[in-house]
Amino acid sequence: MRKITYAEAIREAMTQEIKANEDVYILGEDIGIYGGAFGLTNGMEEELGRENVMSTPISESAISGVAVGSALTGMRPILELQFSDFITIAMDNIVNQAAKLRYMNGGKGSIPIVVRTPGGSGAGFAAQHSQSLEAWTAHIPGLKVVQPSTPYDAKGLFKAALDDNNPVIFYEHKLLYGLKGEVPEETYSIPLGKADVKREGTDVTVVATSIMVHRALQAAEELEKQGISVEVIDPRTLVPLDIDTIVESVKKTSRAVVVYEAVQRGGYGAEIASLINESEAFDYLDAPVVRLGGKAVPMPYNMNLEKQAVPQVEDIIIAVKSTIAPVTI
Amino acid sequence: METSYANVITDIGKEKLQDMLYQLMLIRTFEEAVERLFMQGKIHGTMHLCIGQEPTAVGAITTLTNEDKITSTHRGHGHCIAKGTDVPKMMAELLGKATGHCKGKGGSMHIADLDKGNLGANGIVAGGLPIACGAALTSVKKNLGYVVVSFFGDGATNEGSFHEALNIASIWKLPVIFFCENNHYGMSGNIKQMTNIENLADRAVAYGIPGEVVDGTDVLKVYEVTKKAVERAKRGEGPTLIEAKTYRWRGHSKSDARKYRTREEEQDWIQNKDGIKKFKEKLLNAHVLTEAEIEELEAQVKKEVEEAVAFAENSPEPSLDTLEEDVFA
Repeated sequence: MRKITYAEAIREAMTQEIKANEDVYILGEDIGIYGGAFGLTNGMEEELGRENVMSTPISESAISGVAVGSALTGMRPILELQFSDFITIAMDNIVNQAAKLRYMNGGKGSIPIVVRTPGGSGAGFAAQHSQSLEAWTAHIPGLKVVQPSTPYDAKGLFKAALDDNNPVIFYEHKLLYGLKGEVPEETYSIPLGKADVKREGTDVTVVATSIMVHRALQAAEELEKQGISVEVIDPRTLVPLDIDTIVESVKKTSRAVVVYEAVQRGGYGAEIASLINESEAFDYLDAPVVRLGGKAVPMPYNMNLEKQAVPQVEDIIIAVKSTIAPVTI
Repeated sequence: METSYANVITDIGKEKLQDMLYQLMLIRTFEEAVERLFMQGKIHGTMHLCIGQEPTAVGAITTLTNEDKITSTHRGHGHCIAKGTDVPKMMAELLGKATGHCKGKGGSMHIADLDKGNLGANGIVAGGLPIACGAALTSVKKNLGYVVVSFFGDGATNEGSFHEALNIASIWKLPVIFFCENNHYGMSGNIKQMTNIENLADRAVAYGIPGEVVDGTDVLKVYEVTKKAVERAKRGEGPTLIEAKTYRWRGHSKSDARKYRTREEEQDWIQNKDGIKKFKEKLLNAHVLTEAEIEELEAQVKKEVEEAVAFAENSPEPSLDTLEEDVFA
């Protein structure tokens, strides 16, 4: 099968969906001739027209509301927020409008929106362009939250997100945009709420999200050399969360590490760890579930410091080993 | 009587004028009942009454068809009634009952009626403006020909969303009417302390759109100015900012002791600028309606509200197992 990048997979998904359904369009800042801050929409305006690829003023507050209003009246907008950090400016429309209009209205109306936005660190963008804010949105009833880690997942999850009749926050990772992988040309859908076992193993379960999936896989390879068999599970969607796949794995391995880039404190890893503890897997656990998230610091500019702020392969190795024999992390 | 009135009255015709008076009285009587029920402890939370502001809702919405849409505010009972929402269901919603318009989950601040083109009241100041732009965008994209009237208060004009929405609507020539009900107070904030301009409609200049100031206690003047803006929007010429000067007779909400304004000021508006009283006099002077006809309308309004209260009071509480329904579509 042909290999394309994560960015190309998302662009292809968007293009195919806009062509297939006249209710679908994309709006966002600089997405026209410029192609978006990360080139995700390169060539789309030319191919699909300005009416489908709508470059907006730098007005996150308004464009997120425009997406809500147009979704409520029958469209299926894709909203590109240039960096996930800017979701803070769009938050009112996402949290106070999109997430709850249906519930407040007694079940009438729906808000089918996909908010696509790149998050994560590792590119030296410093504190206002490097955050992982998925826990914010996962906390809000009425929102679905997706974090694809591979080109294949990105394309299939995007279609599922767009076909969903609810607001979906689709967190991309800016370091993954160049990652290549096998992706079918035709459209396909990966259901929201279905985790993927990225690597099978028997000793420890590592639940990792977004870019941490790749670091966990590298750690697993290294650990295998040391005689430790690691199973790597990518939930792919935080809401809905496929806790069953995670629980089944932990019952098999009896140990679990949850790895994520976002600040560990108050992060979504705590939710996953807690769900494991509250599940039938608890009786199988041979060690406490370990969380490994980012340090509670604004992302520093210096790239050595930046690296230090979020889990790296070696940190995952230490965390996995700590579930087998006590190690100071 | 002013000449222009003779024309407007002739244009509108007896039936519609009678309906406008009916709506005005229905809103006030409805809210007086709401106030009574609140004092009796039958309505909880808070409530925001638009008593004194009825002519803005009725004057503006009378210009609309069922297909045209509105977005409303936390002070939205008047807009809701004028746009045709079922009054008993509204009352039941305010009492949190299962028969309520939103199954008891929305309350006063969250009534939307998509079938009637009401995209929703909103608990967020200026929350409706970008949503209105989105709905207007749908109208353009799907060539549906409807317009959206977005109601908001003077306080909303100091929110970023106001400025962003006006700008977007202006550059995209969206069929939106931005309707500011300037009741002179954003909660306790006197408009003179919160802005440094005489007329809020002057802000239209910054966005290259028309700005109109109108006496918001005069339902026919509101009708006239809105009609012009609706026609302009339907011709594809873009948005208009209308500022209607009005006054809420009651406090911001029921917790408000109104320490920020004088009783003399309140009495001046109540005694001398009551839009309903003025409209009745106009209709009598123009021989559109007789005293007897007006009395009959009043009796009908009273009966309708009494029936709504009875319906609401006799309705069941929502079943507790509906709690988690309607979060997702």
